[in-house]
Amino acid sequence: TKTRDNIASGFDSIFKGFSSIDDDFYEELEEIMIMSDMGIDTTMSIIENLKKKVKEEKIKEPEECRQVLIDSIKEQMKLGEEAYDFKDKKSVVLVIGVNGVGKTTSVGKMASLLKGEGKKVMMAAADTFRAGAIEQLKEWAGRAGVDIISQAEGADPAAVVYDAVSAAKARNVDVLLCDTAGRLHNKKNLMDELKKINRIVEREYPEAYKETLIVLDGTTGQNALAQAKQFKEATDISGIILTKLDGTAKGGIAIAIQAELGIPVKYIGIGEQVDDLQPFDPDMFVNALFDRGDE
Amino acid sequence: MAFESLSEKLQNVFKNLRSKGRLTESDVKAAMKEVKRALLEADVNFKVVKTFIKAVQDRAVGQDVLNGLNPGQMVIKIVKEEMEALMGSTTTEIQLKPGNEITVILMAGLQGAGKTTTTAKIAGKYKQKGKRPLLVACDVYRPAAIKQLQVNGEKQGVPVFSMGDKMNPVDIAKASIEHAAKNGNNIVILDTAGRLHIDEDMMTELIAIKQAVDVHQTILVVDAMTGQDAVNVAKDFNEKVGVDGVIITKMDGDTRGGAALSIRSVTGKPILYIGMGEKLDDLQQFYPDRMTSRILGMGDVLTLIEKA
Ligand SMILES: Nc1nc2c(ncn2[C@@H]2O[C@H](COP(=O)(O)OP(=O)(O)OP(=O)(O)O)[C@@H](O)[C@H]2O)c(=O)[nH]1
Ligand SMILES: Nc1nc2c(ncn2[C@@H]2O[C@H](COP(=O)(O)OP(=O)(O)OP(=O)(O)O)[C@@H](O)[C@H]2O)c(=O)[nH]1
Ligand SMILES: [Mg+2]
Ligand SMILES: [Mg+2]
Repeated sequence: TKTRDNIASGFDSIFKGFSSIDDDFYEELEEIMIMSDMGIDTTMSIIENLKKKVKEEKIKEPEECRQVLIDSIKEQMKLGEEAYDFKDKKSVVLVIGVNGVGKTTSVGKMASLLKGEGKKVMMAAADTFRAGAIEQLKEWAGRAGVDIISQAEGADPAAVVYDAVSAAKARNVDVLLCDTAGRLHNKKNLMDELKKINRIVEREYPEAYKETLIVLDGTTGQNALAQAKQFKEATDISGIILTKLDGTAKGGIAIAIQAELGIPVKYIGIGEQVDDLQPFDPDMFVNALFDRGDE
Repeated sequence: MAFESLSEKLQNVFKNLRSKGRLTESDVKAAMKEVKRALLEADVNFKVVKTFIKAVQDRAVGQDVLNGLNPGQMVIKIVKEEMEALMGSTTTEIQLKPGNEITVILMAGLQGAGKTTTTAKIAGKYKQKGKRPLLVACDVYRPAAIKQLQVNGEKQGVPVFSMGDKMNPVDIAKASIEHAAKNGNNIVILDTAGRLHIDEDMMTELIAIKQAVDVHQTILVVDAMTGQDAVNVAKDFNEKVGVDGVIITKMDGDTRGGAALSIRSVTGKPILYIGMGEKLDDLQQFYPDRMTSRILGMGDVLTLIEKA
């Protein structure tokens, strides 16, 4: 796929261009990892670990070194067995994140994906703030062919969620997907609004399985770590949707976030169409970091 | 985040050295490691950092440490000066056509960068200055993009020209100029769909718009949180479509915004404004020196140095 190729270009060459594991090799590795937005700390700690293993296991070939690197990151990015449990339970999925990352679009794509798996899906238009947000989600509900609960622009988002929860219960919905307004993680009043939405769900639908997905723009650099940290303080994040991987950005910050906060990537966005959302595949993601897709 | 750290780290680097009259090569090298780290943490592009560090290093070695400064502050002073030189030292305005000629402004950028919001913000600015702006809905792809522009236009009290989502953006742009001429609008701002810099069809669409109408200013809108990829985006938009100025959005967050430096250094185009919020008056002038301090993650130390 295009994602694979995009992430791949760059990593491949370094393993082929070096005949031995020396300082130049590590330096180039560092450069490529930083250019993928992995961040300097994560990059350095991965390289340190790699150096240790190379020494312990007496690795001589760059190619072998690469396998060690791939395996360690793969291991780290692996999803727990319960990662997609929300699909098989009566659940409320809250989709959150900063402005413009792809929340509404991801809700639309997810609705379609889940409906295709035979689930009864409903959407809640809890972004009542941004101009045109409700109409945008309505359009997606139409594309996915699912019900949507909405109020007027300017309404209280918690009230929308309240309505949606009662409707979901009444209509025996499997998964209720709540789109929320974009909010920067450093704005306390907006983070409090998120807590309020959570309290409503907790109070009105305690038996539901709660899934909170933070949407991160794959193009974002180190700030995504701060986003994940602060959203995690406001609410229990259970996973990441990493979007816009169809561009040239590599989304390496997800590796740093997994390392530091233990939040797994569950879906990736690879375009603007309804079927451009895929469950996260750590093997593919990590292989793509270090391989050409056509190998 | 690490907002205090660079100055502290540099103080630490130099702690073990006796205050010296002149910066030696090894002093500077040690300091540069910390500067490099700070820039990378701020998301300045790796290659840009490398070039920048080299320039600073070449300049710093052998320089006299000024009175009142310690070696750490001296290095920061040089870093800051070099960075400001790169960033451009003055604030720049969007160029308008003289008199009552119609100025056409094209907004372009990646998906979700903030084009539609910024379009409305700029319109408000010009309306206040007594101009008669017209907003044009050239995004026929994103669901409810037109509605979003219409709502924002209404909030600003500025007319929005739309032909629905069944027409070609090139034709919409052409028709909007006629509309503006008839209705006495002297600034036309084209809101286009978000697009990837590697999406050839969509990039060609922008080129076609520029061939069809006389676009006076093409403005690239970039999210301040953008990481290493900012250089690829800026370079491609500039080379394929041509960019006259840049607007950095979402600066009300806590990102250090190193993308600004990367973009500036690969395109050489001025940064015009920064977006400081979702409200339609949250648009501010860009000050290169403030951006420099922000990227370096320091404010207070610089004021100290300025006094020295
Ligand atoms: N190329 C690409 N574009 C995407 C992807 N996901 C979303 N987008 C685009 O990104 C832009 C923003 O998406 P939205 O879904 O509106 O983002 P949001 O997070 O809901 O935005 P706000 O509600 O304004 O905070 C739109 O133009 C989408 O089409 C993706 O995976 N790839
Ligand atoms: N906090 C903050 N949010 C902003 C700023 N500028 C825009 N936004 C928000 O970012 C999101 C995306 O803005 P849009 O104007 O829809 O972006 P766009 O580039 O037109 O998006 P597409 O048309 O989908 O490509 C919205 O939620 C805006 O409210 C800003 O300066 N600060
Ligand atoms: Mg949205
Ligand atoms: Mg738009």
